[in-house]
Amino acid sequence: MSDQEYMVKAEGVHKSFGRLEVLKGIDLTVKPQEVMCIIGPSGSGKSTFLRCINHLEKINAGRLWVGDSLVGYRQKGDKIFELHEKEVAAQRQEIGMVFQRFNLFPHMTALENVMEAPIRVKKEPKQVVREWALTLLGQVGLSDKASSYPSQLSGGQQQRVAIARALAMRPKLMLFDEPTSALDPELVGDVLEAMKQLALGGMTMIVVTHEMGFAREVGDSLVFMDYGVVLEQGHPREILANPQHPRTQDFLSKVL
Amino acid sequence: MALKDEVRPGRPENIRAVPVRHYGRWIATAVLVYLGVWLALGVAKNPNFEWNVVGQYFTSSTVLDGLDLTLRITFAAMFIGIVGGVILAVMRLSPNPLVSGSAWLYIWFFRGTPVLVQILAWNFISVLAPKVGPTKIPEFGIGIPFGPTFVHFNANNIITPLVAGILALGLNEAAYMSEIVRAGILSVETGQSEAAQALGMTRLLVLGRIVLPQAMRIIIPPTGNETISMLKTSSLVSVIAVSDLLYSVQIIYGRTFQQIPLLMVAVLWYLMMTSVLSVGQFYLERYFGRGIAQRQTMLEKLWANLRTVRPASGGIR
Repeated sequence: MSDQEYMVKAEGVHKSFGRLEVLKGIDLTVKPQEVMCIIGPSGSGKSTFLRCINHLEKINAGRLWVGDSLVGYRQKGDKIFELHEKEVAAQRQEIGMVFQRFNLFPHMTALENVMEAPIRVKKEPKQVVREWALTLLGQVGLSDKASSYPSQLSGGQQQRVAIARALAMRPKLMLFDEPTSALDPELVGDVLEAMKQLALGGMTMIVVTHEMGFAREVGDSLVFMDYGVVLEQGHPREILANPQHPRTQDFLSKVL
Repeated sequence: MALKDEVRPGRPENIRAVPVRHYGRWIATAVLVYLGVWLALGVAKNPNFEWNVVGQYFTSSTVLDGLDLTLRITFAAMFIGIVGGVILAVMRLSPNPLVSGSAWLYIWFFRGTPVLVQILAWNFISVLAPKVGPTKIPEFGIGIPFGPTFVHFNANNIITPLVAGILALGLNEAAYMSEIVRAGILSVETGQSEAAQALGMTRLLVLGRIVLPQAMRIIIPPTGNETISMLKTSSLVSVIAVSDLLYSVQIIYGRTFQQIPLLMVAVLWYLMMTSVLSVGQFYLERYFGRGIAQRQTMLEKLWANLRTVRPASGGIR
């Protein structure tokens, strides 16, 4: 995988919900170990695009690859075959996802949340997974919260458990869908710090965010999306300092 | 902590207000106590209750056998009901219209007819079996529809009144349980199954590990009600001569004509069984509510109250 030139490649990706076309041709490449931040107004299609990458949404047209395989499909000659549910699940094991609303499993403790997938999906031995899960919780600074239920944790702590839970499957790509948008302002820092450590460790990340500071400091590339298309992309510092497209200029003048 | 307890200089004194007197509550209490004493004395002193007869038959073997059978019927029927209900609920939520339509049809039929009628119909089901051989024994077979049959059996031996009763109650219950289970499944946020899918879990795993355990919190209370209700509804099988608790006391009073005391025997046993089930329901609810809310038993509440020292007087009430 490391000698490959891209981790994610999108070519003309289209997605419609009924008659509403949300993505109107997205072209992107994300290199291994790259941290790409996607910004844009709400309804611009950035979250939908993220959800297409692990096939939570099916694309209607175009091609989307993660690694060297098509997401959700197999191509033989000119024909495209839908993947079986189990094959889709296998693809998803390599892609971690962190949601805006955390979506921790409320009936399990923090530790059980992290241990669930490696035990049930990968069938790894419980003791080994336990050690690994405790290590991950330590990395996000929550060693002392292992036996707490999500309802006993703050939003920031829940989101860090969610990051540990996604990392437990040892993904090669991490997707973040507005990970700090549902947090109180004073809790955002810890989550961003955990994400930064992950980026420094060489993880490939796609982050849909409104945190321009994070994009500037940690991001390798920045994408501005609106109306279901990519309007501008490049180095974060350049775009944030000197946006070219009028829509980008307008958007940044409102959020910065 | 120290900051909180410390009485700062200049802090105003705690309010010592005269509490509001609730005269209406006092009157209601007096009336209820009066009525309660009147009722209790009436029940205890009326000789026609024949409490000695109640005591005599309370633990007689006929009654205990009936009790045993009532419990067996209840749990067997609830087992069929719950398993069938989960299957029907999952079917109704299927994207395949034929699958969800079949489940809908089942629920429509079994919920739309009285359970007493269903019990009677199952009891006489062997009429539908083809009569085979010179002795005209009604026979059912298991095999492929329109294809070969592998096993034959005598319908009268298999569908005994007991089996008919359990089947009727269980299949009827499945229709109700499926709606309860479906409501429970729908109550779980879609974000939960998305998060599970994103971890690489298959649909079955998502259902079994993430969705159903959370749905249980919604499913358990009405299921407890259904079980308690089933315990009582199971007395309907007495119409097809299954010797459950009710039928057993009916047999005895048919002989001795002591209807009221024997019905009291049944009443007391039913009450005891439903009480035990209620306690079980409490603990089940608490188990499946873990991580959401911690509920206390009455004893635990009492203990907690005794341990916390209340301000003797004063403080804002």
